Amino acid sequence: MNIKWIVLIGLLFLSGPVWAGEARPLADDPANEARLKHLAVELRCLVCQNQTLADSNAPLAEDLRREVREMIAKNMSDQEIIEFLTARYGDFVLYRPPLKASTTLLWVGPFLLVIVGATALIITLRRRAGKVVDVPVTEDEHRRVEQLLTEGGKRP
Amino acid sequence: MNRFLLPLSIFIVVLVFLGIGLKLNPREIPSPLVGKAAPDFSQPQLLEPTKVFSPADMKGKVWLLNFWASWCSGCKTEHPVLMDLAKSGEVPIYGMDYKDQRDEAMTWLSRWGNPYPVVGVDDAGRVGINYGVYGVPETYVIDKQGVIQYKQIGPLDSETVEKKIIPLVKQLEAQ
Repeated sequence: MNIKWIVLIGLLFLSGPVWAGEARPLADDPANEARLKHLAVELRCLVCQNQTLADSNAPLAEDLRREVREMIAKNMSDQEIIEFLTARYGDFVLYRPPLKASTTLLWVGPFLLVIVGATALIITLRRRAGKVVDVPVTEDEHRRVEQLLTEGGKRP
Repeated sequence: MNRFLLPLSIFIVVLVFLGIGLKLNPREIPSPLVGKAAPDFSQPQLLEPTKVFSPADMKGKVWLLNFWASWCSGCKTEHPVLMDLAKSGEVPIYGMDYKDQRDEAMTWLSRWGNPYPVVGVDDAGRVGINYGVYGVPETYVIDKQGVIQYKQIGPLDSETVEKKIIPLVKQLEAQ
């Protein structure tokens, strides 16, 4: 093991950071970048449908980020940018679909299911409570229990 | 008997919903652009780069706008269908070469045949964004007034052409 090897291995460790490229900034201006990030996590990539526009590396997502970046640079409001995208791709681009006639089931459905489930639970619990009959314990049985308990205690 | 009736009916309802869910295609997102004016553009032509292609030139005609690219495998699948439709003369198909390399697109057309009278070039994908394209091939049926009447997501097949496109084109022509 001479010094050459040590230097070589040391160099190998150094090369790591060279390979790892920095993620490209979304926009040049930090304020704009923050806005783009804030918007992009609310928007869905249409190619990889379970990724946000911020996460996706699909070419379309890159194009849409570029488009949004340009709209931010033009000082358009978030509302205007979202309108631009929904006019082209529909509500599907939004991760939070708006409350509309067609989406009521989506928004109200889970609450309906909870209500139905809770009602069913309460009804069954009440019915079951009615079914349990109070059985009185006789004197004889009391004595037997006592006896069993004391005998049990004597066991090694 | 009564004990099993309720769980069984719930099971059947769930089964029906899951069955419907299986048949839905998550890739087919309904386009909000159907029924709206086709977005305007002015793009250089692929074969004659000095000329431009614009939907304004198409006013008064029923036409198809087909987004394609030489890198797109679905476009190769669709290509014979487009060739047949172009040959039939039912409706002109105009092409939009989406995010492609010019030379590769030219090679593709000369190798497989060119169904388009004119092909526009959308190298930055901006026209695509305005049309809500999210995966090529996509095809739009545009009427005489320049309104989008139908959007096909993914490759056209001969059945769709016969049962949807041609009847729709004929109906729009008659208007």
